[in-house]
Amino acid sequence: MKKFLASTVAASALALMLGMTSVRAEDAVDPNAKQGGAITITYKDDVATLDPAIGYDWQNWSMIKSLFDGLMDYEPGTTNLKPDLAESYEITPDGKTFTFKLRHGVKFHNGREMTADDVKYSLDRVTNPKTQSPGAGFFGSIKGYDDVAAGKAESLSGVTVVDPYTVKFELTRPDATFLHVMAINFSHVVPKEEVEKYGADFGKHPVGTGAFKLTEWTLGQRIVFERNPDYWHKGLPHLDKITFEIGQEPIVALLRLQKGEIDVPGDGIPPAKFQEVMADPEQKARVVEGGQLHTGYVTMNTTMAPFDNVKVRQAVNMAINKARVIQIINGRAVPANQPLPPSMPGYNKEYKGYAYDVAKAKALLAEAGHPDGFDTQLFAMNTDPNPRIAQAIQQDLAAIGIKASIQSLAQANVIAAGGDKAGAPMIWSGGMAWIADFPDPSNFYGPILGCAGAVPGGWNWSWYCNKGLDAKAAEADSVVDPAKAGERAKMWSAIYDKVMEDAPWAPVFNEQRFTMKSARMGGADNLYVDPVHIPINYDNVYVKDVQ
Amino acid sequence: MIAYLGRRLIQSLLILLGVSLITFALLYLLPADPVRQIAGRSATPQTVENIRQQLGLDQPFIVQYWRYLMKLISGDLGRSYIQRSEVTELIVSRLPASLLLMVGAILCELLLGLSMGLIAAVRRGTATDQTLMVASFVGVSAPQFVVGLLLLYVFAVRLSWFPIGGYGTWRHLVLPSLTMGILGAGWYARMMRSSMIDVLRQDYVRTARAKGLARRAILFRHALPNAILPVIAMIGIDIGIFMGGIVVVESVFGWPGIGQLAWQAIQRVDIPIIMGVTLASAFAIVLGNLLADIIAPFIDPRIKLR
Repeated sequence: MKKFLASTVAASALALMLGMTSVRAEDAVDPNAKQGGAITITYKDDVATLDPAIGYDWQNWSMIKSLFDGLMDYEPGTTNLKPDLAESYEITPDGKTFTFKLRHGVKFHNGREMTADDVKYSLDRVTNPKTQSPGAGFFGSIKGYDDVAAGKAESLSGVTVVDPYTVKFELTRPDATFLHVMAINFSHVVPKEEVEKYGADFGKHPVGTGAFKLTEWTLGQRIVFERNPDYWHKGLPHLDKITFEIGQEPIVALLRLQKGEIDVPGDGIPPAKFQEVMADPEQKARVVEGGQLHTGYVTMNTTMAPFDNVKVRQAVNMAINKARVIQIINGRAVPANQPLPPSMPGYNKEYKGYAYDVAKAKALLAEAGHPDGFDTQLFAMNTDPNPRIAQAIQQDLAAIGIKASIQSLAQANVIAAGGDKAGAPMIWSGGMAWIADFPDPSNFYGPILGCAGAVPGGWNWSWYCNKGLDAKAAEADSVVDPAKAGERAKMWSAIYDKVMEDAPWAPVFNEQRFTMKSARMGGADNLYVDPVHIPINYDNVYVKDVQ
Repeated sequence: MIAYLGRRLIQSLLILLGVSLITFALLYLLPADPVRQIAGRSATPQTVENIRQQLGLDQPFIVQYWRYLMKLISGDLGRSYIQRSEVTELIVSRLPASLLLMVGAILCELLLGLSMGLIAAVRRGTATDQTLMVASFVGVSAPQFVVGLLLLYVFAVRLSWFPIGGYGTWRHLVLPSLTMGILGAGWYARMMRSSMIDVLRQDYVRTARAKGLARRAILFRHALPNAILPVIAMIGIDIGIFMGGIVVVESVFGWPGIGQLAWQAIQRVDIPIIMGVTLASAFAIVLGNLLADIIAPFIDPRIKLR
């Protein structure tokens, strides 16, 4: 958020009259970076789609970011917003109108220049119910969204093409997250003619403005990206070619990495091999560790007895031995005491949370009228290590008298149980846990802790609905002025402190990321644990053995 | 013959219809909501309802099944919920790899199994026989993912004779075929052994021996062709076992076949793909059995089609 302050100061008096303006400074390109070369990345599963309106898994998320661009983006390796296809933007003081000036001369991979019409088309497309985009809901604050979502209109009335290089967004409410929304994949710009040409198969024939273009997709075998020579960002990307080999088990990928056949195992280090890799200095040197915007938690259904009693929920918070749970996953996490992960703006460093205290937990249970505990169920996803983590939690709960039977089910079934009000008393979130869509504290509230998510089929599995907090959240999100970002973060901290008082969750840990790379890969470490690009920032990394 | 064929064809169609109905019903009863999966976690209830309507998932079961069946008859398996591609295209693009793997596996199991069984039968009761039978027992019982990883580790990582997974050349084919073939080889060795022992006890073999024919000639010219018959008839049935095996083996070796497609679809509750792959497998098994039955009388004239 600091970048906004600097940019705002740099803006002219005219801009002050208009409101807030940001003008982008060109990103510095790593002076040590070498140009050229090819790398190989492996994945186990096939890539679902490369359509930015549809792709929504961690595997295609950053591939799409390299093929397409949005109005906004993040500085490589950070969570700092910056204009991307936009050259600058203005926000009116009421926070309800955003005007973006587009960069000139940006070309799609098919050679045509990108203009404001394409921006509008892309947003109309992603919000159109026919597109079936899982990201349509992110655009709910744009005027006219409800009509498009209901199928009553084809076009968002709040998006106006002012001229070929200017596009204006009118919102129904001030939305501090709007710039982030303009950076997520769902808002990336697509060319109408290509979408119409390929129809539902656009995801297999993606055409964007990004640093790379797709040159080969052999289903189930490989995907090849080649450098876009016309990329508007001079000096990027560094690599000539990226080959994604599909269908490789993580353990096989690790063997191939050790033999020097591949550069990055996309699915990471297999848990069974983690200790072996970390114990070998040569291999460990090629592992980059970083945080991620993830929290693993136990939800307690606040509408079901006895979890409708706050004391019971607090007792559960005190009963879980987080350090021991982290041992189960070989120490690949840090203990969590609040919903937000440490690298998220709004994370409260001062907050101490509920310390592990069995005696106090028992006392609270007794106060709540359950001196001998009770029987309940703990749902968990059935892939390793989640059942083992659930067992550890089960033992911890048994120590205070809560006898939880474990329901270990397939992911979709756990999600379905969580979205059913009478479905699951407790859920261990592992494997389905919230990973932020964008680095903003509001993203951890609305769908998973707010009233809007506490609906059948929703993601608020604790069915926690605090109208007062919802109002405070809306208030925080109306603080649009980037200069007040610090103030807004504090408002969010207070909201999460209150959530923890009501304890609908027992936060357990924040997972760390471990990316392994071949010795020939170059670039700063934070490109390999980029908070937005998983596993790596394809546009900015390079190889050392060229030229 | 033609009446028999007609009857078998109708039977086969009924089996396929049954498979489609049971699979469709099971997937319908699944407590997971595919629409939620498509709509994502940020979707409003309205978006969810819109998608449900567009996919026709708001209709009663019987209507949904009928629509699926009608499309199926015209060769349309629908579009994947997650990949949004045509299921037919996904299956067709992966079929050659699976077929190649199957051919490799059949070669491996026949070569290994028949020779093991033959040697064991000839050396009946000796240490060789016992060793081979124990080996075949291990082959039958060892889980394929263990065998696969073991072969990978020894022959690809340690010895570098073969590539570590992947697809493309004949060298890529060897280890996955072997992994799949070892299971069948175990069965074939046991079947071949008992069949051969049986044949070797027959009068015509005794006669051949009595007239002083060379041992080699007796074995290969007289005994083997007769002993091999019941074994060959098994291949058609094997296809069903292979269909189960390819899911595991293709995953271990990164083999881009329909086994991998099925596994990924199951994990993502991608119902159209699960349906498509199940039907394709059922089709292959039915066809395999049908062919095995049709070919049987040509190999063994004692069998008549009725």
